[in-house]
Amino acid sequence: MTIAVAASVITTTYREALRMALREALQRDPRVFLMGEDVGCYGGSYAVSKGLLEEFGEERIRDTPLSESGFVGAGIGAALNGMRPIVEVMTCNFSLLALDQILNNAATLRHMSGGQFSVPLVIRMATGAGRQLAAQHSHSFEGWYAHIPGIRVVTPATLEDARGMLWTALMDPDPVVMFENVLLYNLEGELAADAGAVDIDRAAVRRLGDDITLVTYGGCLYKTLQAAERLATQNVSAEVIDLRTLRPLDMTTVLGSLAKTHRMVIIDEGWKSGSLAAEIMARVMEQAFYELDAPIERVCSAEVPIPYARHLEQAAIPQVDTIFAAALRTVNHHV
Amino acid sequence: MTPSPEFARKLLYEMVRIRRFEEKSAELYSAGKIRGFLHLYIGEEAIATGVMQALRPEDAIFATYREHGHALTRGLSAGAIMAEMYGKLEGCSRGRGGSMHLFDAATKFYGGNAIVCGGLPLAVGYALAQKMQQRAGLAACFFGEGAVAEGEFHESLNLASLWNVPALFLCENNLYAMGTALERSEADTNLVEKAASYHVQGKSVDGMDVLAVLEAAQQATQFVRDGNGPYFLEFRTYRFRAHSMFDAELYRSKAEVERWKQRCPIAGFSARAICEGWLMPEMIDAIETEVAREIAQAVEFAEAGTWEPVETLTSDVYTARVQA
Ligand SMILES: Cc1ncc(C[n+]2csc(CCOP(=O)(O)OP(=O)(O)O)c2C)c(N)n1
Ligand SMILES: [Mg+2]
Repeated sequence: MTIAVAASVITTTYREALRMALREALQRDPRVFLMGEDVGCYGGSYAVSKGLLEEFGEERIRDTPLSESGFVGAGIGAALNGMRPIVEVMTCNFSLLALDQILNNAATLRHMSGGQFSVPLVIRMATGAGRQLAAQHSHSFEGWYAHIPGIRVVTPATLEDARGMLWTALMDPDPVVMFENVLLYNLEGELAADAGAVDIDRAAVRRLGDDITLVTYGGCLYKTLQAAERLATQNVSAEVIDLRTLRPLDMTTVLGSLAKTHRMVIIDEGWKSGSLAAEIMARVMEQAFYELDAPIERVCSAEVPIPYARHLEQAAIPQVDTIFAAALRTVNHHV
Repeated sequence: MTPSPEFARKLLYEMVRIRRFEEKSAELYSAGKIRGFLHLYIGEEAIATGVMQALRPEDAIFATYREHGHALTRGLSAGAIMAEMYGKLEGCSRGRGGSMHLFDAATKFYGGNAIVCGGLPLAVGYALAQKMQQRAGLAACFFGEGAVAEGEFHESLNLASLWNVPALFLCENNLYAMGTALERSEADTNLVEKAASYHVQGKSVDGMDVLAVLEAAQQATQFVRDGNGPYFLEFRTYRFRAHSMFDAELYRSKAEVERWKQRCPIAGFSARAICEGWLMPEMIDAIETEVAREIAQAVEFAEAGTWEPVETLTSDVYTARVQA
């Protein structure tokens, strides 16, 4: 007689899941190394790489000077030359100093060289508001990066994805930019002890529902799930989609849900104008206009630099209340 | 340095080849066959020629948009380069790069980069990977003196020095960045000293003298190959032509250009080679004939080339994935 044993489960955090992924990658593949500002001695500005220096040494946990363009470019050069670098940029706000390297080199080299050179590089960066760090430390640029052909943009929002996306990204022959929302690092939960690599191609349905589709990603996932809970108390059944990958977009999953619910709200921490939410909206217009029973609404960040004062900061970004209200309006919209 | 007759012939041949190839390119530009930006290297041929002789197949090269000469003397075929400038599929980048973006995996030619200073961090990372994988071969990175004002120059020299990687920084100081003279853009125009401030050893060399270039390059490559870390060479040179085909050259006098033309690296080296008895005068004609034939063939190759079908426009934005 065989007894089915439930796979054992551990309690962990998003931060630790990321660290497990880093550790596994460093153990599995000698071509992998991590570099960035304060990834070593300091332990990572968000403590993601804490302890890895002791474990893997200075060569592979490489502290860099404050030279975003220089070390991101060096990561590209190392990727061109047989390595699988993971470059950590403290936050996406500072990645603008390296945008030239990311766009003009990492994203273009393959096409511009007629397919001769590729850049298997992973760039990790923190994103998002909510910690009262004011305008130069709180923005969300994942939507901008998703504008760029030649790179893949992933936004792990769950422990499984924090644990599993890195390896898949490292095995991708092209550059992958990974955005880690700062509010998720302390997220605690259960994770299968044997959790491993996950796909980075498909969106995931995080909650099933029939009346409305809420499309989101990253840090807004949990606010959206809470809004869905509250909608349930109003007898509104909301389906929640976590995009997971912002480029390329998995519209099949998004449109599949819309075909069932016929109503949609998109929640995106980027600024509304020219946002990822705008792109999804545009694609729905192009591909599924007649599925819609109501106009799509967007819940995005206000068009301001994210302010310091707590009440202002909170007013500037998507909230459970605003998501809930937008969803109710959409569900109650009748032509 | 006294070159053997064969080697002297080789140096002259390479320089003449670059010169004539580019003269032809300018002509084809006027004829509308080549479009976009075209930056000529005429006047600076001694640098790529001399340096390349000191490089080995296992070395990688990172260059700028002014890179026809580097590509040619590295061993890309004149036909593949010409076809690239025509925008043809048979070009070394399938016609997607043009004059400024010549690439060739076979010769480890990592491109013409058209972002001033954009190639330096790549060379540093490439060299770092060489070191981490304990491979022989250095990263040679060419750039103009204009790049020195970019932050990336300083970041790159610092990183290369800090990490002690096998990178060779090759600064072609032709005195102008488009129309901006070096002394109008740098508070301190001593470039070797700037490198030294990052503990990168360096040297300033006469870039119009192919033997001086070669000698300096040999010393520098040896230094890097011996594991001493990066090295910086400044080549003092001059471009005889405009910055690109769109430059009215308002920023410099005809007299200055003429003065520098007196120091033409090709004329200078042929005169010396004949005088020293390394070459016979008739060999120069033979070189010209041979080069003319090669260039005619390159143009023929480009003319006969085909256009990439528009259907594959978006191929190679990402690596093709094997369907699971
Ligand atoms: C980052 C950046 N800024 C500006 C330009 C426009 N530009 C192209 S070439 C050039 C001058 C560069 O001069 P230098 O580095 O001395 O090289 P040279 O052209 O003299 O070989 C400039 C300003 C550019 N291509 N990239
Ligand atoms: Mg210059």
